Amino acid sequence: MIRDITLGQYYPTDSVLHRLDPRVKLCGTLIYVISLFLFQTFTGYIVATVFLVSMIALSHVPVKFIFRGLKAILFILVFTAVLNTFLTPGRELVSFWKITITIEGVRLAAFMILRLVYLIIGSSLMTLTTTPSNLTDGLEKSLGWLKVFRVPVHEIAMMMSIALTFIPVLLEETDRIIKAQQARGADFESGNIIRRVKSLVPILVPLFISAFRRANDLAIAMESRCYHGGDGRTKMRPLAYGFRDIMAYVVLVLYLAVVIVVGIMF
Amino acid sequence: MNFLEAKKVIFEYVRRGKDGEVDGFKRAIDEVDLDISQGDFIAILGPNGSGKSTLAKHFNSLLHPTEGTIYVDGCDTTDADKIWDIRKSVGMVFQNPENQMIGTIVEEDVAFAPENIGIDPEEIKQRVRESLVMVEMQDHRKSSPSKLSGGQKQRVAIAGVLAMHPKCIVLDEPTAMLDPEGRREVIRAVRALNDVENITIILITHNMEEAVYADRIYVMKDGRIAMSGTPREIFSRVEELEECRLTVPQVTKLAYELRKGGLDIPSGILTREELCRAICR
Repeated sequence: MIRDITLGQYYPTDSVLHRLDPRVKLCGTLIYVISLFLFQTFTGYIVATVFLVSMIALSHVPVKFIFRGLKAILFILVFTAVLNTFLTPGRELVSFWKITITIEGVRLAAFMILRLVYLIIGSSLMTLTTTPSNLTDGLEKSLGWLKVFRVPVHEIAMMMSIALTFIPVLLEETDRIIKAQQARGADFESGNIIRRVKSLVPILVPLFISAFRRANDLAIAMESRCYHGGDGRTKMRPLAYGFRDIMAYVVLVLYLAVVIVVGIMF
Repeated sequence: MNFLEAKKVIFEYVRRGKDGEVDGFKRAIDEVDLDISQGDFIAILGPNGSGKSTLAKHFNSLLHPTEGTIYVDGCDTTDADKIWDIRKSVGMVFQNPENQMIGTIVEEDVAFAPENIGIDPEEIKQRVRESLVMVEMQDHRKSSPSKLSGGQKQRVAIAGVLAMHPKCIVLDEPTAMLDPEGRREVIRAVRALNDVENITIILITHNMEEAVYADRIYVMKDGRIAMSGTPREIFSRVEELEECRLTVPQVTKLAYELRKGGLDIPSGILTREELCRAICR
């Protein structure tokens, strides 16, 4: 289950999308997500589909890899679809026993599924083409204006990038603890839900202790390498917009224009 | 003045009982005097709990002595204005390589320290390149640290410290979690830095074989310095070492037993070749 989540993973290939400035990609994803919720018609979704498919083609990330991320939200998809289909009032499509399916219900369910699927694919496309450190750099730079309101932007970005680095380390640790507990006769598979949740305690306690210990070690290591917050810190590769990034912004503006036109006309 | 001087350093921490009440004081370091010159290779030996890691954390101002003073390059380590200068000149490498990696790519991790000091991007790139070459990791500069072996990770950690251009590197049991191959890699890299770059090395370890290469060895026991001298002097005092719960290298032990048994060979033999020569003579 954990391995199915492609959101937040990086897929290294050398494509135009990979080389774009992370700020462009963040902005693009935001515009795309907003556009998804503006569309009320199928014509709009054709525009979104064209945009998404061309981005996937540009990214050189295997389609299979992108769709794997959907497995994790399959349950949510089915759940929304069922609820929307059966519970929306409107014109009757089919009716049997006490259940009525309406035309509006089917329509709404289709929209919801499209929205969720496109949302997940769109945002995982961004993380697949951007290294975690690039992503946090982009966030730090594009949210820099929040410092005026005393938001600790640098610290938040640093925490995010550390969290991302330590996800694989902690996953491995969890695996090791589970095996160690199983080797001593712990049973995680049988019993009702309450018993199963209870059996997680002997995994979580050592995991938390080790996470805190690691955090302490890391803090000491960072301090001894002169870390003292964001003040006076430089970057090995400072972010800078190039010609490619400006072109990407032009494409985004065009997309936004098309979205608005389609929204008004159809 | 020497590069690193410790004068009657004492470090105590408060021991607390179950409810947080003060239960007494534990003296982790007890009147330690040290005198280390620039370019020295020092090994600090001692069993677990002898205070050697606590002492190491004093060298770059991570801990401050309860009593006594430590001077690094002429600066008192308790001087708050000098703290970043001290940390820049004394780099630290820790035991667990996984817990000291900050970057997701080797190159980024090595760049972390110079970025913190506020060096120009071009200069950082150059320092990263040079540091990775010094530990022979230049071919892995784009790899993810999780894909490297333990010895490689530890060498990246050393490169991360080197990028600050330190005068001294303190290594706190850097090989404790490595396999024999990784140990050899790390020790070779450390010795090269000492020989070629004239960087002061303070190696904290409980592996006696690694201490053989040092110019001087300090043996710690219960927070005190129990013995000090050249490797040859130290390793000829086998019984005292065993009292400190340390085992001497096998060759030295064998030579010692042979000598005790009446064979006429010199004391303090460190390598197999030396022993062969002594026996064949």
